[in-house]
Amino acid sequence: MSTNTEQKPTTFIGGAANYLDERLSLGGVLKNFGRKVFPDHWSFMLGEVAMYSFVVLLISGTFLTFFYQPSMASVHYEGSYAPLKGAEMSIAYASSLDISFDIRGGLLMRQVHHWAALLFVAAAGLHMLRVFFTGAFRKPRELNWLVGFFLFLAAMGGGFTGYSLPDDLLSGNGLRIIDGMLKAIPFIGPSISSGLFGGEFPGDEIVARLYSLHIMIIPALIIVLLAVHLMMVIIHKHTHYSGPGKTDENVVGFPLMPVYVAKAGGFFFLVFGVLMAIAATFTINPIWNYGPYDPSPVSAGTQPDWYIGWLDGALRLAPSRMDVELLGVVLPFGVLLPLVISLAFLAVVAAYPFIEKWVTGDDREHHVLDRPRNAPTRTGIGAAGVVFYAVLWAGASTDLIATNFQMNLNQVLTSMQILLIIGPVIAFWVTKRACIALQRKDREIALHGRETGRVVRLPHGEYIEVHEQVDKYELWKLVDFKDYQPTLARPNAQGKITLGSKIRAALSSFYFEDRIAPVSKAEYELAHADHSPAPSVEKPKRKPRELVGKK
Amino acid sequence: MSEVEKVYPAGLATNIQKPIADPGIEPHRVRLTDKSEKAAKGAEQQIAVMFGISIIGAIIAIWGFVAFPIADLADTRNNTLWMGIGMGLSLLGIGFGAVHWAKTLMPDHEVSEARHQARSNDESRAKAIEIIKTADAESGFTRRKLIRRSLYGALAFFPIPALVIFGDLGPQVGDTLKHTIWKKGVRLVRDSAEGGTAIKASEVTIGSVFHVVPENLKDIEDHGEKLNQKAKAAVLLVRVEPSDLKEDPAKASWSYDGIVAYSKICTHVGCPVALYEQQTHHLLCPCHQSTFDLADHCRVIFGPASRPLPQLAIEVDAEGYLVAQGDFTEPVGPSFWDIRQS
Repeated sequence: MSTNTEQKPTTFIGGAANYLDERLSLGGVLKNFGRKVFPDHWSFMLGEVAMYSFVVLLISGTFLTFFYQPSMASVHYEGSYAPLKGAEMSIAYASSLDISFDIRGGLLMRQVHHWAALLFVAAAGLHMLRVFFTGAFRKPRELNWLVGFFLFLAAMGGGFTGYSLPDDLLSGNGLRIIDGMLKAIPFIGPSISSGLFGGEFPGDEIVARLYSLHIMIIPALIIVLLAVHLMMVIIHKHTHYSGPGKTDENVVGFPLMPVYVAKAGGFFFLVFGVLMAIAATFTINPIWNYGPYDPSPVSAGTQPDWYIGWLDGALRLAPSRMDVELLGVVLPFGVLLPLVISLAFLAVVAAYPFIEKWVTGDDREHHVLDRPRNAPTRTGIGAAGVVFYAVLWAGASTDLIATNFQMNLNQVLTSMQILLIIGPVIAFWVTKRACIALQRKDREIALHGRETGRVVRLPHGEYIEVHEQVDKYELWKLVDFKDYQPTLARPNAQGKITLGSKIRAALSSFYFEDRIAPVSKAEYELAHADHSPAPSVEKPKRKPRELVGKK
Repeated sequence: MSEVEKVYPAGLATNIQKPIADPGIEPHRVRLTDKSEKAAKGAEQQIAVMFGISIIGAIIAIWGFVAFPIADLADTRNNTLWMGIGMGLSLLGIGFGAVHWAKTLMPDHEVSEARHQARSNDESRAKAIEIIKTADAESGFTRRKLIRRSLYGALAFFPIPALVIFGDLGPQVGDTLKHTIWKKGVRLVRDSAEGGTAIKASEVTIGSVFHVVPENLKDIEDHGEKLNQKAKAAVLLVRVEPSDLKEDPAKASWSYDGIVAYSKICTHVGCPVALYEQQTHHLLCPCHQSTFDLADHCRVIFGPASRPLPQLAIEVDAEGYLVAQGDFTEPVGPSFWDIRQS
């Protein structure tokens, strides 16, 4: 203990640091984390955008709680928005109007809160796509994928509960749709609805209940999940893209202090600043135009917030007259089917890392990200998922598409229904083929260099296009990826080929039958031996070696 | 073969020998600010200007708050705009300044740091297992079955009250979903905030649409209860040429001279079916586009709904006003599991 008397602080900051370290051993923390290396890539910012949007939500939301009143008791509006003067409405709606019109900066905070919510879910979704398409969910990060998945659900839940708080006409109709969906659940549906609304729809409880969820339960959940999410990032260290010097055993990038403190810290201000500028200049959710909630009127062309769109679209795309009566029990499949399909879609998203791991049997740790083209089947599956989601999402706007493009509503809807089924198949196929084509191009460049566009005539009269060899760094990027071969169904210890093993073999060949292997040393040397001194164009390509599999 | 691959069998992954050895991290590209002190000085000034803009932004925001106290809507617009612009500038100034600083003046040499496998090393794992075994032996968790099993039982039961306590979140559903406040002789009145007026059959011209509620709705004092009842009882009243109606003979007496009344609550998920197409006699729900044929007892002709909109039987009282013949004969709104059971 007597040894650390040597360092005597001489400055104020030094003194403060010394004070804290002697009580909290912060020196050790800083020693371990101060120069932690983070890789640099624009796509790594998507998760940051989501996190910073959440911080903006906390800040602006706290402001709103000081003025908002979550009560459905009825009042006559006496605020400064003239068109609604004297109208009967809930206190929740009246206080939302007061925030908008009678509190300086209130409308700004409402708008920044709403825009931040839209950006939060969008950035989280894009971050998930980045993680998916680069294979960042592979071992050891499968659990963090799950944490992120639940964060995404919590973000949607936070958005929906907040959307309903102003108790305006639009959000009230949104709640009514939720009520209708809940009632469709066999046996327990009506009771769940009664429990949620405290009796019949709309009742006078729902706003206060959503408020508890919105300002306490869901933010607490998000904060806990976010902490776990970030803790795992620290445990695993960030992934990096494949490139020279980047391996599964190291992490290449810039140190936390000072570079990332400045970049990431500054980026928080950028995200907040952009949101603030948008909130200052673009109106979002003008609740004063909708009026207080009333179960009878509704406006045409209504849209939910974007992240709920896919669920609303799923409801719209269901076929007509799907109620089925079974032993006196009515099963409204028109509502249940979209519900089940949406939940199944989410379940597949959550389970994907585990499915892929089972198929590949790959138990290694992966810290180098895949370029999407180098995992053609996964990228195809991702594209299929994106199209499936996108069609459901567009499905929530069938009426607007029909009116804006002067099309027949029925035909728009039928097209969407067809697209929902065949769209993902086409997207899978096109994406997979495109990935394989890009991989072929990569091979071509690795083996023969880039086309320069320079055509020269050789002394014996032959014309060739000069190819320029790529440098070693570029070459490494083209050849450094992992390769898999399809597995066969193998008998287990009892000598039996189990069904599981057969399914796995079938999936394995679905994944890896069509594949392009990375350029090997032998191929590279062969290509270069042939090409010296001048490249020849007549050389037949060794296609069969590249494409292992059927056809 | 790398260290990671050695420890874990690589599954089905293949290892192809790379054409060249990993060339290592790409050489650092020298920036202008690395080469020239003048450029570095310039960058320093640019960063200071950005931080300066941030200060100006904060001042604009404060001015926006002070300069536009709430008097009318223009003030709301102005203080939203100027406070937002000011705060935006103030934030963006710091953000751009910090990022510019990092990009121009802080070192941009990529460095490499070793990773470690997530798996603890064998020594730690052995130690951990030993701790668990010691704890088990000391507590007798495995050995003392009675304690262990009774603990499982207690742990299974103790959360149940925490669920039961939520039992009063909502009342029993009962038959609330199956009835509305429509009764025999209740007048159909216009749906308006001021308390609507009753409707005479003679006022309903062909092609016109009335948004209707029962007259007894206004007798309900409680605002919440009023909304609950309105959410079920809202009706759409339309008059069409009697010859256009394809009426079921059993329900022929439910309409009055081409005037028909249907529940406005969509049988899909409950939105108000508010759009009426005069030419085709179609009713369209704006939420999910379920379409009902008004002339044919509101049969579903398009969209995700399943049941026709329930019809309210109407007649005319002695004074010529439209009244209900009774409640709806079936539940209104979305389908639920026991909707057909009485």
